[in-house]
Amino acid sequence: MGKWTRRAFLTTGALVGGGLIVGVAIRPGHRTPKLASLVERSGETLINAWVKILPDNSITVIVPHAEMGQGVHTVLPMMLADEMDADWSTVSMEQAPVHDEYASNDIVREVALPTQVPGIVEDTLKGTFLKIAQSMSLQITGGSFSVRGTGTWSMRVAGAAARELLIDAAAEQWQVPANEIRVEKSVLYHDKSNRSDQFIAFAKAAAGKQGPSKPKLKTPEQFNIMGQHVERFDIPSKVDGTAVFGVDVELPGMKYACVKCAPVFGSMVLSIDSSAAKVMAGVVKIVDLGTGVGVIADSYWQAKKALDKVNVTYSESKANRVSSEAIFEQFGKSMDDAIANKNEEDDHKVGDARGVLAKAKNIVEAEYRVPHLAHSTMEPMNCTAWSHNDRLEIWAGLQNPLGVRNTLAEQFDFEPENVVINNVYLGGGFGRRAMDDYPIQGAKLALAVPGVPVKMIWSREEDTQQDFYRPAIMSRFKASLDDNGMPDAWENQFVDKHEPAEAPTIPYAVANQYIHYINSPSHIRFGPWRSVDHTQHAFFTESFIDELAAKAGKDPYQYRYDLLSNELRVRHVLETAAKMANWGKAMPHGWGQGIALQRSFNTIVAEVVDVDMSNGKPRVDKVYCAADPGYAMSTDGFKAQMESGIIYGLTAALYGEINIKDGAVVESNFHNYKMLRMNESPGIEIEIINSDDTSLGGGGEPGTPPIAPALSNAIFAITGNRIRSLPISKYL
Amino acid sequence: MLEITVNDITHQLDVEPDTPLLWVVRDELKLKGTKFGCGIAQCGACTVHLDGTPIRSCITPIASVNGRSITTIEGINGQADPLHPGALHSVQQAWIEEQVPQCGYCQSGQIMSAVALLNKIPVPNDDDIDKAMSGNVCRCGMYSRIRKAIKSASTQFAKEKAIDSNAADASLKSSGSEESNHG
Repeated sequence: MGKWTRRAFLTTGALVGGGLIVGVAIRPGHRTPKLASLVERSGETLINAWVKILPDNSITVIVPHAEMGQGVHTVLPMMLADEMDADWSTVSMEQAPVHDEYASNDIVREVALPTQVPGIVEDTLKGTFLKIAQSMSLQITGGSFSVRGTGTWSMRVAGAAARELLIDAAAEQWQVPANEIRVEKSVLYHDKSNRSDQFIAFAKAAAGKQGPSKPKLKTPEQFNIMGQHVERFDIPSKVDGTAVFGVDVELPGMKYACVKCAPVFGSMVLSIDSSAAKVMAGVVKIVDLGTGVGVIADSYWQAKKALDKVNVTYSESKANRVSSEAIFEQFGKSMDDAIANKNEEDDHKVGDARGVLAKAKNIVEAEYRVPHLAHSTMEPMNCTAWSHNDRLEIWAGLQNPLGVRNTLAEQFDFEPENVVINNVYLGGGFGRRAMDDYPIQGAKLALAVPGVPVKMIWSREEDTQQDFYRPAIMSRFKASLDDNGMPDAWENQFVDKHEPAEAPTIPYAVANQYIHYINSPSHIRFGPWRSVDHTQHAFFTESFIDELAAKAGKDPYQYRYDLLSNELRVRHVLETAAKMANWGKAMPHGWGQGIALQRSFNTIVAEVVDVDMSNGKPRVDKVYCAADPGYAMSTDGFKAQMESGIIYGLTAALYGEINIKDGAVVESNFHNYKMLRMNESPGIEIEIINSDDTSLGGGGEPGTPPIAPALSNAIFAITGNRIRSLPISKYL
Repeated sequence: MLEITVNDITHQLDVEPDTPLLWVVRDELKLKGTKFGCGIAQCGACTVHLDGTPIRSCITPIASVNGRSITTIEGINGQADPLHPGALHSVQQAWIEEQVPQCGYCQSGQIMSAVALLNKIPVPNDDDIDKAMSGNVCRCGMYSRIRKAIKSASTQFAKEKAIDSNAADASLKSSGSEESNHG
């Protein structure tokens, strides 16, 4: 039982109480029984590391990702339950404990092996990469990866395997061939002998079985749950106020903390004058955090008022003189120097773009830039921490809980198993909650008052000014057009390069391309921001292609269409969006349309906007969005993600700008870091294209990138004014 | 000592008088559905009703509402149907039907603003919705769904009101006349 062989993928075992446990054995050794103690309770039967059968034959799916509104707590169970042929009305979910065994190996796998790996279960690869994932401390929710990674590689495989195991057990007990057994809604049937029984009846018998090495997955025409509209599990608790977010955690004897860190990143505390603060009512302790100060008090309000009275002196450096203008000047100089000194970093090279450009007659050049952006999750960063009995316990909404556990263990000298992470609902993530700064602060505060739980809540000002920002970047384009007005050379130099690598590439057939970059770092810390580099580059490349169309005197839709002869899937998405929008339709005076597309996280999205500029300011009336994620596992969930991504991107396009002055962030709260609101919110129409169920794309991020260029292209169509810097409200 | 009534329960409070109502509701009364978002009345996550009117609890000092009556998200459901206290308010129901929330953090505030709107204007048009709801930020951008849900709740709300008033009429009549007592 559970003996690992090279090809074995699933292992099984018996549980106390006679249940079945089936493990996804993704590396040598038999780990699943260890997981059982983490996720199994008395009377429950763990079918594998991802699914339990309860005594009433209901199913619980264990989900290793955080719920931040993207619906992952529902769509992953859908995928498993469908493969298992479970009765959806009896399926529930449980969030996996923060544990090495639930590491997101699939994310690492894509990072290391960006091309598709053939075959659904590559045992050896999986084992290898799980180890890497563990060593990199990942149990990450991000990269639009939960469905296409965990869903495909863990949930569906586990569901199909569980189904096969139960069929085998039934076949043995009934003494009939396994292929005569069918499964429907958590019941096994042998029609010939008119026998049937529930999953749970065979759980124990299946316990001794070796799992199939390659469980057979369904094809779309066999789906009963995948691809359907299913109500999300988390929504009822989010309409009656009972959903528990990080900020809602309540522990006996808990104190409250407010913090303020150095406005200039990199500065350190030189001295703290807490004489006025420490005598204030309710103040428990004032804590030097190194990069800032925290006040612990009996109530939040007392902590906040006392914090305002603490005076801190910080170290200064040349960063204190940096402004946004200086950062862009630096970018420009770095770019000039890179070319002069021939130290450009090649990103993508086809043909000889420079050679063609040197001889070209019809050249278009443009420089684009985007500012830093904050994430501004609705729930400000917060963390509740409790240091007790050689343990450090953390409650917070985290996109990378395992990473946080290991960071805290290392930084504060705990054994990893003595750092306990309780992950709760995230009041928005967008990449911000993949960072570990706020749990580190929470831990420092708790360690300052051993035995006392402390809930730290950032102010909105702190949240805005202590973010890891979407980086400001800049791009310089040069393209030449042939006699037909089509581009024959495309040069794009940009600063800086992060992830994903393919973000600056274009789907268009341009024979000569040279995309290169130079890194020009500033002291402003950066982090992943919904769709990461795609938001900047889609704005750049989709605006510039629009410029080329204009220069060629061609319709921007038709121009793109003609350049997509080698990318038929992309072309179909573009065409669908144009049809939805009735591209080129007659519109009132002052109205117009813009179009843009981007392939990101393996999902292709094209968006057309109807814009009304009749009163001088852009008002987006309607967004038409066509999206091809390969296959949308949850139709409404996927649409919701597109809607959300569009509004997130539109907010940034119209208003988003973090300015740097004297080294610090100028914006502080929603009055000067503006959000799109109901009265500015466009109608949104979405069409899903399921073109290839074997190549899934993500949902959380791909809706965001095309909206900014679609809008600025529409503004150009209406006014002739080409927007090359964001936000639009500033440059129009 | 201060006194406020929250969701029909009266509380005596010993807190600093400048403490915002938000933190009293959340940390003293342990009603966590009302959220902190900005602290300066810019996002609406902290919206509660003060004697039926939506207010931002994050900038409302507790002393300024001494003796007044507050309703939070936890107390909203009883308003839907007095005969079935605890059942979801028709606005909450519509929020589920339209699958409105994503992260969900702003939704208590959104629902409180929507309920106040429908109490005032039972059948709001788009402009009414814009005016009533633009103080509430949803960073997940679920505005289209919120608009749809308000419209669908409005229909439901109107029906319930009609039933309520019919029921009230019927009970009045039944107490006064045998003829109306026809089941």
